[in-house]
Amino acid sequence: MSTAIDTPPATTEEVTAQGKARAKRGETLAGWAFAAPFAVLFGLFLVVPALYGLYLSFTGETLTGAGSGLVGFSNYADALRDPDMWKSLGNTLWFTVLSTVPLIVLSLALALLVNLGLPGRWLWRLSFFLPYLLASTVVVMFWSWMYNPKLGLINAVLDKFGAGPVAWLQDPKVAMISVVITTLWWTIGFNFLLYLAALQNIPEQQFEAAALDGAGKWRQLFSIVIPQLAPTTALLVTLQILASLKVFDQIYMLTNGGPAGTTRSIVQYIYESGFTGYRFGYSSAISYLFFALIVLVSLAQYKLINRRSVA
Amino acid sequence: MSTYTLSRGVRPSIKQTHKPGENPWSVSRMAALLVLAVLAVTWLVPFGWAVLTSLKSEADAGASQITLNPPDGFSFEAYRKVLSAGDIPSWAWNSLITSVAITLITVATSALAGYAFSRVNFKGKRLLYAAIIAAIIIPPQLLIVPLFRQMLAFNLVDTYWGIILPQAFAPAMVLILKRFFDQIPVELEDAARVDGAGRLRVFWSVVLPLSRPILAAVAIFVFIGAWNNFLWPFIVTTDADLMTLPVGLQTVKSAYGLQYAQNMASAILAALPLVVVFLFFQRQIIKGIATTGFGGQ
Repeated sequence: MSTAIDTPPATTEEVTAQGKARAKRGETLAGWAFAAPFAVLFGLFLVVPALYGLYLSFTGETLTGAGSGLVGFSNYADALRDPDMWKSLGNTLWFTVLSTVPLIVLSLALALLVNLGLPGRWLWRLSFFLPYLLASTVVVMFWSWMYNPKLGLINAVLDKFGAGPVAWLQDPKVAMISVVITTLWWTIGFNFLLYLAALQNIPEQQFEAAALDGAGKWRQLFSIVIPQLAPTTALLVTLQILASLKVFDQIYMLTNGGPAGTTRSIVQYIYESGFTGYRFGYSSAISYLFFALIVLVSLAQYKLINRRSVA
Repeated sequence: MSTYTLSRGVRPSIKQTHKPGENPWSVSRMAALLVLAVLAVTWLVPFGWAVLTSLKSEADAGASQITLNPPDGFSFEAYRKVLSAGDIPSWAWNSLITSVAITLITVATSALAGYAFSRVNFKGKRLLYAAIIAAIIIPPQLLIVPLFRQMLAFNLVDTYWGIILPQAFAPAMVLILKRFFDQIPVELEDAARVDGAGRLRVFWSVVLPLSRPILAAVAIFVFIGAWNNFLWPFIVTTDADLMTLPVGLQTVKSAYGLQYAQNMASAILAALPLVVVFLFFQRQIIKGIATTGFGGQ
C-alpha cells in the first residue's frame, strides 16, 4: 500500500485541491485493493460465464461443433415450442407450490410448539434441524430406502394397517408428492430455525400487556405473534420460492425426473440438454428464459413486500 | 438484520420451561407435548431406520419381512466392508480439502470486500456494489454449461481448483459482512489511524477481532453449503479419485444396487462428520445459521 493511504486524513480546511485529488486516488487504490480478490473471482466465475452463456444461447454450439456459429433467436424460439421444456417448467412450478406452502406453514407450527417452552427443547430442535445438515445424496439414500416398494419401511407400515402397497417413486400420480415429502423432511430445519429465532425476539412485555388486557393465548397468537413474524415470513417465502424453483438434486437422484418425465425439473432439463444432449447453445437459451422468470418472481416479491411494509 | 452484538441468533440459554402462574401440567400443554413428540419421532425415523439397516447382515436387510430383531443379529460388518473396499475415506478427504479451501477463501475475500464497501469511498464502488446485488439472484445452477466449458478451457476439469474456485466467493456474504462492519463505530478505527496504522493494519487488528462472531457464522454457513454441494462437483469431476462425498456416494448408490446394509452404512458414514460437529457446536451452528439466514441467502 502507498504512503498516501497510510497517512491519516487531514481536516478539510487544510487539504489543498492537489492533496484532495491525491487522497481520492489513494482511496480508490485502497478500495480496489481490498475488493480485488473478491472481484477477480466474481468476474471470472460469475460475470464471465453469465456473459458467455448469453453468447452461447445465440449459437448452435454442440459438442462436435457441428452447426455452430450465430443462429439468432432460433434457440429461444425452439425452446418456446419445446413441449419437454414446458413440461419441466410446469413440474417445477407445481413443485414450488407443493413445497413452499407446507415448508412455511409447518415450520411456523413447529417453531410455535417448540417455543412454548415445553421440556426437551434441545431434542426437538435437534430432530427438526438435523436433516438440514445432510447432503442431498445422503437424504436421497435414506428416502429411496424408505420408499422401496417391496422392502421399504413405509409400505411395511401401511401393510400392517391393510393399506398399500404404494409405488412411491414409480407411480406418476404419487412421485411428485414423494419428492415433496423428502424435501420437507430435509429442508424444514432452516425455516424452523429462523422462525424460532424471530419468535424469541418478540418482546416479552407485549405478551404481558396483552394478558393484562385479557387476551387469551390464541388471541395473542393472531394479534401479536403472527403480525410480529411478518418480516420473517416475507423473507422465508422469498427464499423458499427461489430455492424451490431451482430444485435439482433430490429429484435427479430419487426419480431421475421420472416416471415419464412427471418430476423432471427445469434445472434437470438444462443439465440434460447441456450434458447428455450436448446442445450447449440450446441449454443456455433455456437457462436465460428461466432466469427471466426468476427475475420476474423476484421483482414481484420485492414489490409485494415493499407495499406491505408501507401499508 | 444482524446487529452489532449478534443478538438476533437463537438464544441458546435454557428458558424457564413455563411462565410463572401457568400450570406446567395443564391439558393443553400435555397435548402440545404429545404432538411435538410424535412429530419429532417421525422426523427421526428415516435416520433410525437407516442406522438399523446398516447394522444388519445383507440377508436380513434385504428380507421382505421387516423385523426389528433380525435372525443374524447386529454387527458393524457393513461398515467394515464399506471402509475397506470403498472409496469413502478418499472422498471424505476430498470433501474436507475442498470445503475448507472454499470456506477460507470465501470468508477472506468477503471480509476484505465487505470492508471496502463499508469504509472506503473508491471509484467504481457503486457499480461493483450494484453488480453484487444483481448477482445474488443469479442461480449458479443456470451457469453450469458456460462454466464447465470455461473450466475445460482453463484445464481445471477434474482438479481440486476446478471444484473450489467457482464456489469460493459469495455475494450475499459480502453484503452481510458489509452490514456488520457498518455498525462498528468508526471512532474505534480513527483512534488506531491517528496512531499511524494503515488500513490493512486497522482492518486486521481492530475490525476483524470485533467481527469474530459474524465471521464464524459466515464460515459455518459456507462450510455446510460447500460440504453438501452436489451439482457443481458432480459436473466438474469424472475421476472417481477426485470426487467429493456427495458425488462419490451417488455412484455407490447405483453400483451397490441391492446391498442395502452397505448402502445405508455409506450414507451414515457420510452424514456422520457434520452430525458430530453439530452435536458439539450446536449453539454456534444454530446461531450462525440464524444470523446469516436473516442477513441474506
